[in-house]
Parts: sequence; C-alpha cells; structure tokens
Amino acid sequence: MRHEASPRPVEPRALHFGDEASRQDAAHLGMWIFLATEVLLFSVLFTAYALYRLTYPGVFQQAPAHMDVFLGTLNTFVLVSSSILVALAVDAIRNGRDFAAAALLALSVLLGIAFLFIKAAEYTKHVHDGALPGAWYAYEAFALPGANLYFTLYWVMTGVHAVHVLVGVGVLVTLALRTLAGEFGARFHTPVELGGMYWHLVDVVWLFLWPLLYLT
Amino acid sequence: MAPSHAEPSVAGPSYLDAERGLWSWLTTRDHKRIGVMFLAVLLLMFLLGGVFALALRVELLTPGETVMGRLAYNRAFTVHGVVMVWLFLIPSIPTAFGNFLLPLMIGARDVAFPRLNLASFYLYMLGAVMTLWGVFQGGVDTGWTFYTPYSTVTGREVMPVLLGVFVVGFSTILTGINFITTVHTMRAPGVTWMKVPLFVWALYGTSIIQVLATPVLGMVLMLVALERVAGAGLFDPSRGGDPLLYQHLFWFYSHPAVYIMVLPGMGVISETVCAFSRKRPFSYRVIVWSTVGISFVGFLTWGHHMFVSGQSTFGAGAFSVLSMLVAIFTAMKIFTWLGTMYRGSLWVSTPFTYVLGFIFLLFFGGMSGVAVAVTSADLHWHDTYFVVAHFHFIMVGASLMAFLAALHYWFPKMFGRMYPEGMGIGTAVLIIFGFIATFLPQFLLGNLGMPRRYADYPEAFQPLHVASTAGASLLGFGFLIVAVYLGWSLRHGRAAGRNPWGSEGYEWLSDSPPPEFNFHAPPRFPRPPHDYANPGANTEVEHAA
Ligand code: HEM
Ligand SMILES: [Cu+2]
Repeated sequence: MRHEASPRPVEPRALHFGDEASRQDAAHLGMWIFLATEVLLFSVLFTAYALYRLTYPGVFQQAPAHMDVFLGTLNTFVLVSSSILVALAVDAIRNGRDFAAAALLALSVLLGIAFLFIKAAEYTKHVHDGALPGAWYAYEAFALPGANLYFTLYWVMTGVHAVHVLVGVGVLVTLALRTLAGEFGARFHTPVELGGMYWHLVDVVWLFLWPLLYLT
Repeated sequence: MAPSHAEPSVAGPSYLDAERGLWSWLTTRDHKRIGVMFLAVLLLMFLLGGVFALALRVELLTPGETVMGRLAYNRAFTVHGVVMVWLFLIPSIPTAFGNFLLPLMIGARDVAFPRLNLASFYLYMLGAVMTLWGVFQGGVDTGWTFYTPYSTVTGREVMPVLLGVFVVGFSTILTGINFITTVHTMRAPGVTWMKVPLFVWALYGTSIIQVLATPVLGMVLMLVALERVAGAGLFDPSRGGDPLLYQHLFWFYSHPAVYIMVLPGMGVISETVCAFSRKRPFSYRVIVWSTVGISFVGFLTWGHHMFVSGQSTFGAGAFSVLSMLVAIFTAMKIFTWLGTMYRGSLWVSTPFTYVLGFIFLLFFGGMSGVAVAVTSADLHWHDTYFVVAHFHFIMVGASLMAFLAALHYWFPKMFGRMYPEGMGIGTAVLIIFGFIATFLPQFLLGNLGMPRRYADYPEAFQPLHVASTAGASLLGFGFLIVAVYLGWSLRHGRAAGRNPWGSEGYEWLSDSPPPEFNFHAPPRFPRPPHDYANPGANTEVEHAA
C-alpha cells in the first residue's frame, strides 16, 4: 500500500518519509527482501544436501539412525513454542500491553537459549563419537563412504542455523529491553514486528532441517 | 507557480556545502555524498586493477619471461581479476551513480534506509581492505573464480580474499535491498511505474539479481573457507565430494553477475541516448520488459561455463539454448537505442561518443557470446583468449564505456561544473580505438589456440600480442587524460547551470549540484521523464507545491 504523499514542507532528515505509515511499509518490504536473501543462503546447503543424497542414497537414509532423534525433536518443540510466544508478543504490543509483550519476548529468549544448549549437548555427543566433518571424521559405527559428507552437511547446516538462532536471541533481548523501557506501544512497534519476522524465519528453516537430518 | 521558490540560485547551499569537514562526509547519510565517496574509492580500485593489467600486457609482449616469473604472473592476473570484477565492475555503476541519482530520479529525499546505505559503504571498504590485504600478503594465484579444489590447497592468503569478497557481497545485498524498497515506497506523486526513468528500471532489475544471487555466492565462499580450515570435503573428490558443485554454485551467481555489471550500463545508455537524440525512447515498454527478461533468464544460463566439465549432453544443449535467449533480449535493447537515434537530432557530445562505443562493443561482444554458447564451437574456444576477448568486450566494452558515459553525462549534475568538451570527445575516440586494438587481436589469438592464463607462448603469436599490448598502452594513456581534465574541471570548469544538456530526465530539474534534500520543495512530475515533445513541461510545475 503506497501512501499518496501530499505536498508537504521540507522536514528534518529523520522524517524524510513524510509519515509513519509509509515508513512502516518500507521497513516491512525491506525485511521481506532480506528474508528472501536468507532463504537463498540456505538454499545452497539444501542443494548440496540433495546432490549428495542422490549420490549416496543409502548413507543418507541410514544416517538419521545415528542421530539423537529425541533431542532433535525436543528442539523442534522448543523452537516452535518460542515462535508462538513471539507471535503473541507482537499481538500484545499491537494492543498496547507492553509489559505482557516484554514478558513474552523474555520467555521466547529463554527457549532460544534452551535450544542452543540442547544443540550443544548434541554436538558434544557427536564429537565424542568422532562424527566430525570431512577429514576428521572418525565414527567407527557408521563408516560408509559418504558418511563424512552427511556429517559435514549436518554440521554446516545446523551450525549456520545455530548462528542465526544466536543472532535472533540477541535481537529478541534488545527488543524486550526496549519494550520495557517504553519505546514501543500500540502506536509504534515496527521493530518488534520485524524482529518477530526474523525469528519466524529461523523457526521455519529448522522445520526443514529437522526432517532432512533426523527423520527418514 | 510559487514565485518565492522559483529562483533556484537563492535557495540554500548544495549538498557539497551543506556541511563541511571530513567528519561530516564520513558520517553522512546523504545518498549523494555516499555516491561520491563510492565513486572516489571505485576510481582508485580501477587504477589499481589497471596497473596490473598493464603489467600483464608487458609480460606478454615477448615470449618467455619478460618482466616476471610464472608464479608472479598468476598472482598478477588474480589481482587484476579480483580487483576489477569484485571491487570495481560489480559495484561500480549502482553504488556510485545509482546512489547519487536514484532518489533524485524518483523525486525522493533520500533512499529508504539512509543509515543502511552508509553501512553498505563501510562494509564495502572493510571487504576491499580484507581482499587487498590478502592479495598483498604474498599473493593469491587462483584467478578471480577461486575454482576448487585448487583454491582449497593453495596458499593461506586465499582466506582473507574469500572473506573479503564475502563481505563486499553483503554490501551489495544491502544496496540492493535499499534500492528495491526505495523504488517501491518513495516515488514522488505522479511517478507511476510506467513513468519511472529507465536508469531506475535498470537499477531495479540489477538489485533484484543482486539480492537473489549474492547470498548463493556468499554461502559458497563460506564453504570453500570451511573446506580450507576444517577439511569439510564437500568439493574434494578424495573425500567423496564433488568439485563440479562448486562450479555450479559459483556460476549460478557469477553468470547473473555479468548482468549486474551490464544492466546498469544499459540503463545509462537508455538515458543518454534519449538526451542526445532529443527524442522519447523508441519503446519505453520494450526497454523495461527486456530489462526484466534479462534479469530472469540470466539465472538460467550458468551451465554454459561448464560445457567442457563433463556436463550431460542434454544439460549442455539446454544451457546453450537458454543462453541464446539472453542475446534476444539484449538485441531488443540495441534496437530500441538505434530506433531512438533514428531521425533524432543527434548531439555528438562526450557521453554520446561513449554511447556509440558502447553499442558497437556490446553488439560485437554479444555476438561472440552467442558463438561461445554453441557447445561444439565452445569446445574449441573454451579457456582460450577467445573467451578473454569475449568477456572483455562485454565487461570492459559495455560496462566501462557506460561508466565513462555516466561519468561525463552526470559530472555537471554531481559537481556543477563542465569539462572541456573537445578533449572529452577526442579522448573518447582514443579510448574506443585503444580498446579495439587491445582486444580484437585476442579473438584471433584465441582462435589460433592461445590458452588463457599463460605467461608464455610460442614465437608465432608474438605480433598479435604486441598489437594487444600497444592497444592497452593507448587505453591507459586515454584514462590518464580523462583523469587529468576531469580533475582540472572539478575546480576550474565553467559553471554548468541546472540542465546543461537540455535533458528531460527528472534529475535535471534539481539544481546542479543538488541541495541537501534534492529539491527545495517536494517535486511533482506530471509528464514522463523522457518526453521531448513538450520541452520544459516538468520544470514549470516543479515548484508548484
Ligand atoms: C551481456 C553481458 C555479458 C557479460 C558481461 C559476459 C561476461 C562473460 C565472462 C566474464 C565470461 C568469462 C568467465 C570466465 O572467467 O571464465 C564469459 C564467458 C562466457 N559467456 Fe559471456 N557475457 C555476457 C553475455 C553473454 C551472452 C549473451 C552469451 C550467450 C549468448 C554468453 C556466453 C558465454 C559463454 C558460453 C561463456 C563461456 C565460454 C568459455 O568459458 O568457454 N555471454 N562471459
Ligand atoms: Cu555466463
């Protein structure tokens, strides 16, 4: 929706959009484009996954048996729950309940951190098994040609995703603090919405990684 | 008309004078200043890349070792390629001229995210410094394409270069996001989609390619870096990986990247052709839709770089046909420019001379593109000087000619001064001639079988190499002259006035140089931007607000 700007006096730089509505339009559009670039970033990894799955079909089918499906699935629940909390937080701030919004954001931050801890526990287990990427692969129980590639992809995909979770947690913490400080409310909450969009993307990417890497 | 606003000369300082001091430049959020800063850095990069180009040509003057050994040669062509492609050609027109002009051309006060714009500049600087640091740390010998598995085993210095290019890519993405959002949300009243200036359309198409392709490049460079530090094995056949995957992903970015280089140039040409033919574009719609078409089909042709890499016959055939589709869209553009000139009142100025050079070289380079897109012919030409000549015709011939056309066309707008026109035209002719002398012999060399990226060659090739080196010297000399007279004009050129070319582009409705927020009052543009039927129709209402 483009706002038909009316002739208006020259205003200071900060207001060069004219009004809040068109500024919000711009912010949302910018965020959507940014999310598209994130999807393309991950698409490289999905392409590589598809290629090596075609090359080593057996390996990629057996590998999930060597993963900790319980922890992976638990993480899915953790991340989806936090995504729901963020959606509720956005709803709360739209209705002017800023304390509720901050609390919901804080809760989802906790879940994000829980996700990272569970992921770290999994990584420790893989290191213990010797299921390391590429040259360092030393997992005796699963020593087929191509297994190292599966684990390379596993580390890279979940690693890049974990970096995104980490960034997302940082974003949510900032948003929660700024909400508490009273910067956002029913009239202005664009940053909360944008941060929420980002967190949903992080969640959606995991919803693709989980079946590809843990279930077959 | 509001008389109080009608006199531009009394209405406030230009963007150059609005604030003073180095710090005000380094922290500016004014898109015009950011554009000028990019321009300055890009010209430095061009100089650096050019010095290495001349070094390469000197080495090739005689067979055997002339001035450098083979390893040094490999490093020199890598510096040349990396600097020219990643640090100059890809960002050049969008970041310098796009930043400066896009908001002016749609009547906005700035881009949508001015702070992001500044961040994009600093990311570019960071990436450039990392890249150059790696390059001068001892040298990289992979070529600008970083093909695996070689790039995963050769010297350590590859790491900073990979990461530097990755960071520059981020800067490109931010600029792309900014441009797309600006065009969508900040057009002035009256600037409907079908009244958007053609240069803006070109930047829009380019931004879409940048936003969609660059993340793929970024990720694949990260994977190569990972391959180096962690032996990840994705591209290493000895660990079960597939080196071809690298090539697919690399060219998935880098073929569209050639359009990132050439589309903005085409936009510049569309603008200047109208201005110097005094005619509306032959078909605005064809220009716009061929821009969109190129942006789209450009994504489907990457495989033509891999005809000899063991691709399936079916794949090669499909990529061959898709590649030729791009040529059709390009031809549509060429016809619209010729159609615009036809029966126009042509004004042979410096920018227009570069336009003529551009059209000729693009045509020639594009035709050779169709030739190498034929799989059977490419078997012969692949990795020879024929390909080198092809892509230099397109990238240097088209992108660089357009860059020079833009520099001369908008120089009065950016700095408020004119340059000596006779010098400009003469130098343009010299540069075009030097260019042809440099690269035409390379087609012949390639056809005779001279491989690319070799420091040495048999005696029989020498005459053609000498011709090429001579042409390159002319070219270098030409750039030197441009630098001198433009530098001189910055201070001593005669004042340009608001619209020295009598152009009907929206950007000329603002002062030269423009004031801090582009227009003294919010502009309204009732007529299309390239409408020469009613000269001055937009100007009359500019200050009506
Ligand atoms: C319009 C702008 C174009 C630009 C800027 C451009 C640029 C380039 C560059 C840089 C390369 C060499 C890459 C390398 O280092 O290996 C190249 C190769 C190639 N180009 Fe173009 N090109 C353009 C148009 C075309 C068109 C229209 C076609 C086909 C109809 C085409 C077909 C090819 C082919 C087949 C190769 C690979 C040749 C080989 O390596 O054997 N190009 N081009
Ligand atoms: Cu290509």
